[in-house]
Amino acid sequence: MAPVELPVEKWTGKIKEVKLGGNGRKSMVIGGETTLPFLKFEGVLPNKPVIAVEVQDAPPKDWPQALVSAYGDALKDPGEWAKKALSFGAEIIYLRLKSAHPEEGNTGAAEAKKAVAKVLEAVDVPVIVIGPEVPEKDNEVLVAASEVGKGQRLALGNCVEKNHRTIAATCIADGHVAIAKTPIEINLAKQLNILLCDVGLAADSIIMDPTTGSLGYGLEYTYSVMERLRIAGLMGDGMPSMPMLCDVGEESWRQKESRVTTGVPETWGDPAERAINWEIITAISLLNSGANIITLRHPKTIEFLKNSIAQLTQAG
Amino acid sequence: MALTGIEIYKFLPKTNCKKCNFPTCLAFAMKVAQKTVDVSVCPDLSPESKAALEAAGRPPIRLVTIGPDAKKVEVGNETVLFRHEKTFFHPPALMVRIKDNEPLESIEKTVAEVSSYSVERVGIDMAPNGFAIDNLSKDAGTFAKVAASVAGKSELPLVLMSTDPAAMEAALEKVGGNRPLIYGANAENWEKMAQLAAKYKCALAVIGKDGLDSLSELTEKITKAGVEDLVLAPNTANLSDSINTLTQLRRLAFKKAFKPLGYPVITFPGAASKSVEEEAILAAQQIGKYAGIIVLDHFTPALFYPLLTLRLNIYTDPQKHIQVTSAIYPIGSPKETSPVCVTTNFSLTYFSVAGELESSGFPAWLLVCDTEGLSVLTAWAAGKFDAERIAKAVKTLNLAEKISHQKIILPGKVAVLRGELEDELKGWDIMIGPPEAMDIGSYLKQMWKN
Ligand code: B12
Ligand code: SF4
Repeated sequence: MAPVELPVEKWTGKIKEVKLGGNGRKSMVIGGETTLPFLKFEGVLPNKPVIAVEVQDAPPKDWPQALVSAYGDALKDPGEWAKKALSFGAEIIYLRLKSAHPEEGNTGAAEAKKAVAKVLEAVDVPVIVIGPEVPEKDNEVLVAASEVGKGQRLALGNCVEKNHRTIAATCIADGHVAIAKTPIEINLAKQLNILLCDVGLAADSIIMDPTTGSLGYGLEYTYSVMERLRIAGLMGDGMPSMPMLCDVGEESWRQKESRVTTGVPETWGDPAERAINWEIITAISLLNSGANIITLRHPKTIEFLKNSIAQLTQAG
Repeated sequence: MALTGIEIYKFLPKTNCKKCNFPTCLAFAMKVAQKTVDVSVCPDLSPESKAALEAAGRPPIRLVTIGPDAKKVEVGNETVLFRHEKTFFHPPALMVRIKDNEPLESIEKTVAEVSSYSVERVGIDMAPNGFAIDNLSKDAGTFAKVAASVAGKSELPLVLMSTDPAAMEAALEKVGGNRPLIYGANAENWEKMAQLAAKYKCALAVIGKDGLDSLSELTEKITKAGVEDLVLAPNTANLSDSINTLTQLRRLAFKKAFKPLGYPVITFPGAASKSVEEEAILAAQQIGKYAGIIVLDHFTPALFYPLLTLRLNIYTDPQKHIQVTSAIYPIGSPKETSPVCVTTNFSLTYFSVAGELESSGFPAWLLVCDTEGLSVLTAWAAGKFDAERIAKAVKTLNLAEKISHQKIILPGKVAVLRGELEDELKGWDIMIGPPEAMDIGSYLKQMWKN
């Protein structure tokens, strides 16, 4: 009998390659794939997806015990925290300048510079810096962060329609990458990329954050919009062909299933295991739908996902 | 693929002889397309046309049914590669593997635990779907005994795992009437296994771990022997093999209409996993990427609850938001002095809030606005949860008749609506609740004095 003829798609597009780090800092490239996630029989995935571990500029007030005890005293200092994250397997540090939020301390440029400098000093992997997600404050602290990390090709976010001009200009000036975030909508994602390119940011200096819904809380929406973005990119549309980042850590640890240990149905199972499974399952699902960077929090999740990515990307 | 009336018409004799009790062949064809009458009612249909019709009407991935009617699982018959293209229809069955060489007592304990397990989410009960009994003892008598015991304790569908036809027959003698899946046929035993499948009218899993060529050869032999209800067991031992192979299978079915591999797939994510978490990761991938039956080695609620949730997420129809009716819902037995919480009609939002109110111990009214199935912030951003709409709901649902006070509590995430709402609802006290429903209890304790 004739052998089964494998159904190979002839994609004309390719996901853009984005470089992070460099100039004394370890560098890496993400993206570059010519097929849907992990389909070795069809195309190449030159750069494996990477794990970014979250660090905050101040000790988190709302983290559940499972996370607090995993990081211990390191949570008191962003530099120590970053080192701890590295020891857990972080390939990128995702620094969230949370205390710049008007309701979390409203710190400004000076504090932001300090936190960024500490992290850059402590670790040699690429760094993503995220503002408090209030566009005006984001501008203030991200511009400051940009100066500190000049030339080291950080990624700065979140860049949304409202503040895209400032973020793009900063990225252009200091050689950084923008994290372009849009609310689970393919046209908005594409539109923001177009806006960024229009103001002069190179297409290979953009990473998309399509907005993450975690398991049980909108995962299916994110999953499908990512598949659609990826397919559009592979079909040759240049504007949604940027690599994607998913903020799995924040979203999965926000949910009741990951936080509440008592007063929930027994059928929810052991709280510690459940919380980790919630993060793990959100993460693998979004890797399968096209994530190039996932943020994670728990050391066990980091370990398991690292192994999974190795399995998915090993040659042969 | 379901055929249209016109497509069916092409195969009919076109004599309009009315022997089918329809005025014309075309009228008959239309009814066949609607599945209100079977095409075999036409006495003059040629055998060739009949065969051609059947082949053309066969779905690219065959629908396979396992288990007794009350708890049956149906897998296969999907129509798209990506859920956004339409929807996925038949959620993968999540089953638990039972080793027949373990003490009967511990087996019975697992069976009781699994079959009584059920967990609710957004008003939907989610539960495991069955057991795969593995003939690790290599003993036919033990296998049959364990199968009978499991079937006696649970109505859930079974997979019988043995490549020894004698053991399989022994088990089928006991539980064959429950329509178990026979797992399975391989290059050596397929003839005997196919005979058993035919005799007991059960679906047959075809095991082919060395690639799709030999797997499709095997299914062709088996279908020629007259067994059509097949399930494929290709190599899905690790994440990479699984996503590559299962994608190939699904594409073959849709893009090439390749019949020999147009069947649902069974996977065993625990087989090569070194930990529960690794098993969870592979199972999660297979829920999204194309498994029909997933047999897990571990049963722990902390693993099943998230996996069942993922299955629910992935198999939700992407064309519509799951929603509840806009109304005033009593939670507990609220009185006219009880608090009123306002929320949206997205199911997830409604059930989160209703659940928290219930466990808070405060009887309350839950006023659900019609936001077309959107969550609080999504609806707010889309202009479907604003002061005007909330005020309108308060009025049209006659909230004032139910309560003796004039207070409503808004979700914390839309605190900005307060001012406008005070204008819309003159004389009402607009209170702002916490951003997350899980804090409603402590909020009410502090803020609500009866
Ligand atoms: C999934 C999702 C969608 C889905 C829709 C899901 C749905 N059916 O609603 C889709 C993809 C369709 C979507 C679309 C949009 N989205 Co949207 N979406 C999300 C996402 C990821 C999750 C929302 C969710 O399901 N939450 C879970 C539910 C249960 O939460 P909830 O309703 O708020 O309920 C909780 C609390 O509010 C509280 N609560 C509820 N009621 C009450 C009542 C009381 C009294 C109390 C005390 C508490 C309480 O309890 C619940 C549990 O804690 C969020 C981001 C995020 N990660 O949260 C963005 C988000 C809500 N979306 C956003 C936007 C902007 C949009 C769009 C407008 C984008 C666009 N321009 O197209 C559209 C609008 C829709 C449209 N035009 O049709 C923004 C809103 C920004 C803002 N702050 O205004 C968000 C926050 C993303 C972002 N950061 O930009 N979205
Ligand atoms: S019996 Fe057959 S041939 Fe006669 S009218 Fe009906 S469909 Fe046509």
